[in-house]
Amino acid sequence: MESAVLKIENFSAFFGENQVLKEIDLSISRNRITAIMGPSGCGKTTLIRCINRMHELIPNAGVSGKIFLDNEDIYATDPIIVRRQIGMVFQKPNPFPMMSIYDNVIAGYNLNGIRLAKDEKDRVVEESLRKAALWEEVKEALHRRGTFLSGGQQQRLCIARALAMGPAVLLLDEPTSALDPKATSHIEELIVQLKDTVTIVLVTHNIGQAARVSDFTAFLYLGELIEFGPTGRLFTAPKDKRTEEYLTGKFG
Amino acid sequence: MDESSVRRRILWDKLFKGIIILLTFCSILPMFFILFFITSKGISAVNWSFLTQLPKPVGEMGGGISNAIIGTFMLVAISTVFSVPLGIFAGIFLSEYRNGRFVYFTRLCVETLQGIPSIVIGIVAYMWVVVQMGSFSALSGGVALGLMMLPVIVTATEETLKLIPEGLREASLALGVSYPRTILKVILPAGLSGILTGILLSIARVAGETAPLLFTAFGSPFMNLHILKPINSLPLMIFNYATSPYPEWHTLAWGASFVLIVFVLGLNLLTKVVIKRWKVQF
Amino acid sequence: MDRYKSGLSDSSFRKVLYVAGGCVLVLLLAIFLSLVVASFPAIRNFGVRFLVSTTWDPVRSEFGAFPFLVGTLATSFLALIISVIFSIPISIFLGEYFTQGTTSTFIKSIIELLAGVPSVIYGFCGLFLLSPVVRSLEVKLGVPPYGVGIFTASLVLSIMIIPYSASIGREVISLVPSDLKEAALSLGATRFEVIRKVVLPYAYSGIFAGIFLSMGRALGETMAVTMVIGNSNLIPKSIFSPGNTLASIIANEFTEATGSLYLASLIELGLVLFIVTTIINVLGKLIIRRMGVGV
Repeated sequence: MESAVLKIENFSAFFGENQVLKEIDLSISRNRITAIMGPSGCGKTTLIRCINRMHELIPNAGVSGKIFLDNEDIYATDPIIVRRQIGMVFQKPNPFPMMSIYDNVIAGYNLNGIRLAKDEKDRVVEESLRKAALWEEVKEALHRRGTFLSGGQQQRLCIARALAMGPAVLLLDEPTSALDPKATSHIEELIVQLKDTVTIVLVTHNIGQAARVSDFTAFLYLGELIEFGPTGRLFTAPKDKRTEEYLTGKFG
Repeated sequence: MDESSVRRRILWDKLFKGIIILLTFCSILPMFFILFFITSKGISAVNWSFLTQLPKPVGEMGGGISNAIIGTFMLVAISTVFSVPLGIFAGIFLSEYRNGRFVYFTRLCVETLQGIPSIVIGIVAYMWVVVQMGSFSALSGGVALGLMMLPVIVTATEETLKLIPEGLREASLALGVSYPRTILKVILPAGLSGILTGILLSIARVAGETAPLLFTAFGSPFMNLHILKPINSLPLMIFNYATSPYPEWHTLAWGASFVLIVFVLGLNLLTKVVIKRWKVQF
Repeated sequence: MDRYKSGLSDSSFRKVLYVAGGCVLVLLLAIFLSLVVASFPAIRNFGVRFLVSTTWDPVRSEFGAFPFLVGTLATSFLALIISVIFSIPISIFLGEYFTQGTTSTFIKSIIELLAGVPSVIYGFCGLFLLSPVVRSLEVKLGVPPYGVGIFTASLVLSIMIIPYSASIGREVISLVPSDLKEAALSLGATRFEVIRKVVLPYAYSGIFAGIFLSMGRALGETMAVTMVIGNSNLIPKSIFSPGNTLASIIANEFTEATGSLYLASLIELGLVLFIVTTIINVLGKLIIRRMGVGV
């Protein structure tokens, strides 16, 4: 029996009067990879940004409904605490350019003023970089700025940075769209490895990626959750006609 | 198309380019004249005692500009204290809030402040500080110069921060970093080179200002480290000595001009170094 | 339906930002109001006559701004005309012919440096280097050989304002879309013709605004002008006469002003200067922003 780490109940999101997510009900299972796919504008990015409460930073943005992280209503908690428990990696790698690789990984602690002893910091950095499959490549250059890293390496650095906070859930917003195919496949391998450590929600517009990597897939269209189920089942025997049309490339 | 008219047009074309080049090079000549004359007349006056001694009364040989040099530094320090924190925060304000009438008017005010003639700033500082205190002072001079530095720093901060990509802010916020910390510990450091450049350039500008100091700092033949007393500065000294009838003082003025121009041009060069070294590539 | 509106995190920081913005607004207002209040004795006493009265006599407490308005406008306009002869060519040089490379960087740097030279040094060099030249010119022309005066001040001022109009002009010219120029060139036009018929008409208002802005700069320039204008409170009769500008009379007489009417009159001159330069600067920047150039 899959246990749900995230429960999204009757959740809607708005930009002003414009409703972009319509009464979504979704359960994200622990230590599994859930892909959210759909054509452009379907609301998949908005959805994950609601999960880590980044959506509300936009002026005139609003939400209704509930999202529970381990049975705690995240909209009743301080958003800053929510964001420390739910990590996010963005489409375009965004390591902090003024900081060294070491400082980038530990940035979540440094910037929040959380004091750690030096060996504790070293441990966190090494562990996170190992989990992100980047340790071997940068262990000699930890104190150099990260700008010399390739796109794929920078993205893994961002993953390490998010993992360093020990989040329960990791949100990945089209993490490989800006990367070349080789870097993409490295990251896909990494994502599969990571699911033992953390629950992953992966937004992707790449149907093949969703099929390769995820355990569960949710198909969103025009703000509605059209279909959700185990990836194998959804791809081979979609229940909804729209899902089938999307999978066969009729739109999006 | 007959050949002679084409040839004529080509001739005009070449002539035009020649005139443009000639006029351009003519217009940069003054720079070389100024540098040449200040260096040739000033460098002979500059030596260690010149830089470290106080000015002597008329008729006595020697003397120096030490009080003017210290005065310039003190005035710049005071004006920096007044203008930099306020300027940076106002710049952050303008870059964070782009719309709305309050923001629009604030931006307009910054631009207006920048265009106010320096002598008018001097009058204002006179009314606000000198009249209240009852005497000329380094403080009033610092206030005047601070008013001149402020808009430059606001604009530099705003323009620098506007160029920082959203991704940086999102990365920080997604880590659970609060908005104030994101601005102060991520966004500002990323914009350091631009902001620092703005500060250095505005220092270079006010270090050479005389008009706002004429009736605030006022000038003094003595060394003064007290902010509530009148104080000398390099440009003030140059003005007073250059317009005096004594040739010895003219020589001192050339020397002081040399020191001032080295300082100002040096700061300009420094900003180029700052940009090179600290500019963050996104 | 429960709506959680987007919340402000750390509202006190945001309040600080608003306060900082507000301080700037308040400062400007305070500057303006201080000037008005302090000029009030003069405004009340002389009214609008102040601007047209030609006597400036501290002894008899008669104050009229007209000689200084004449001086200011004369020096600024003359400086503008002289500077335009050089700044437009520089704009074309840097915007059209030499947009990249060593020559471009060299010229750009020198122009920047010209803008960075302190005003008092311009005045000093003007007094000791330029005025002897002007004096000998005046001897040749048979006019009183002051050496200083409106003409000398305009010359010095023109050099000082070249960088401002040149850099704005350069930016505007470089913004002219290259497909327009290429269309003209492909029709067989020479470079000169393209500049004359495509580039300049397109960039015309931006160049004009740049010149306009440099005039704002010229109007407020104090030290260099004070040192070479000859300090006379009479209306200058010719461009070789000495005179005074609004800025230079304040610089010369402020510290010696005795009596509140004297001081208030000087401050009123400052107020006039403030208003005029503000209008010119705001107008100029408005035009430039419409053209899409960052100022």
